[in-house]
Amino acid sequence: MNTIQIELNGRPHPADATYTLADLVAKLGLAGKSLAISINREVIKRGDWPQRRIEAADRIEIVHAIGGG
Amino acid sequence: MNLNDLPAGADTDHQLTVAGKTYNSKLLVGTGKYKDFQETRDAVVASGTGIVTVTVRRVNIGQHQDEPNLLDFVPPGEFTILPNTGGCYNAADAVYTLQMAREMLGGHSLCKLEVLGDEKTLFPNMPETLKAAETLIKDGFDVMVYCSDDPIQAKMLEDMGCVAIMPLASLIGSGMGILNPWNLSLIIEQTQVPVIVDAGVGTASDAAIAMELGCDGVLMNTAIAKARDPIRMALAMRDAVRAGRNAYLAGRMPRRFAASPSSPMAGLMT
Repeated sequence: MNTIQIELNGRPHPADATYTLADLVAKLGLAGKSLAISINREVIKRGDWPQRRIEAADRIEIVHAIGGG
Repeated sequence: MNLNDLPAGADTDHQLTVAGKTYNSKLLVGTGKYKDFQETRDAVVASGTGIVTVTVRRVNIGQHQDEPNLLDFVPPGEFTILPNTGGCYNAADAVYTLQMAREMLGGHSLCKLEVLGDEKTLFPNMPETLKAAETLIKDGFDVMVYCSDDPIQAKMLEDMGCVAIMPLASLIGSGMGILNPWNLSLIIEQTQVPVIVDAGVGTASDAAIAMELGCDGVLMNTAIAKARDPIRMALAMRDAVRAGRNAYLAGRMPRRFAASPSSPMAGLMT
């Protein structure tokens, strides 16, 4: 397995070089949850997660809704 | 006249229409600072609101993946979810946050823009707010905007195409009440889109005062969440917003310096 380093929610994180965003989401146990994801600050639509490959040094953010006013 | 015929029974008087959608309450509530999601839901339901604000934050990676999600308790099928930009101090961060929120909510365009100026006051940074509003509107968002109580900048935001103008009544989370009734009145008078007082309400009378000024709605969070009994305060706010609206529509009596007896003097026994 070829492992690459990405930045996930502000922290270094290892990932398989063959991963798509959908793979990453599943691996993190987040499949099916109400989320949004960006790579390098570009919002990636949910429908594109299965095709979008992760690259080394990608800055990935995964967000959800929490309480706020 | 029967009780059911009273004008106060006309629910259209208490509806709020924003960006073409009509809600059955003029109260909007936040979801921050509650003990847990069940209390959040109970307060939201008690308030009678149709619009609930949420904020967008990073998921904790590797922790509590099975923990409940806020949107399971206030589901988008039951309430209109209004994502905010709380914590953003510049236009770029606010725009990015709302683009993420739109994707999270399946393309829903209604949003609450707030660009803060500093941590001490959480007062809006108006130049950055104007900049973000312009970008968001061009990108197809329906922008409800937290702003200062400056009528000139409120007008700029309205002219730009914001769907609701939301001036603060006092600082976010301060519970200081309506400190600027004259400025709010100037904004209400000139604005064609809904004016919603956002921030500063501390208790039910504050919400009523805001509505008596002629506001189209009130948005609050801490006043409910940090009451000793949030559910009961949510009920109080629901009623206060309706009471204030009815008082506004009824038209208050003129103030006078001299007393005026309520009981007639004629026929007084002497």
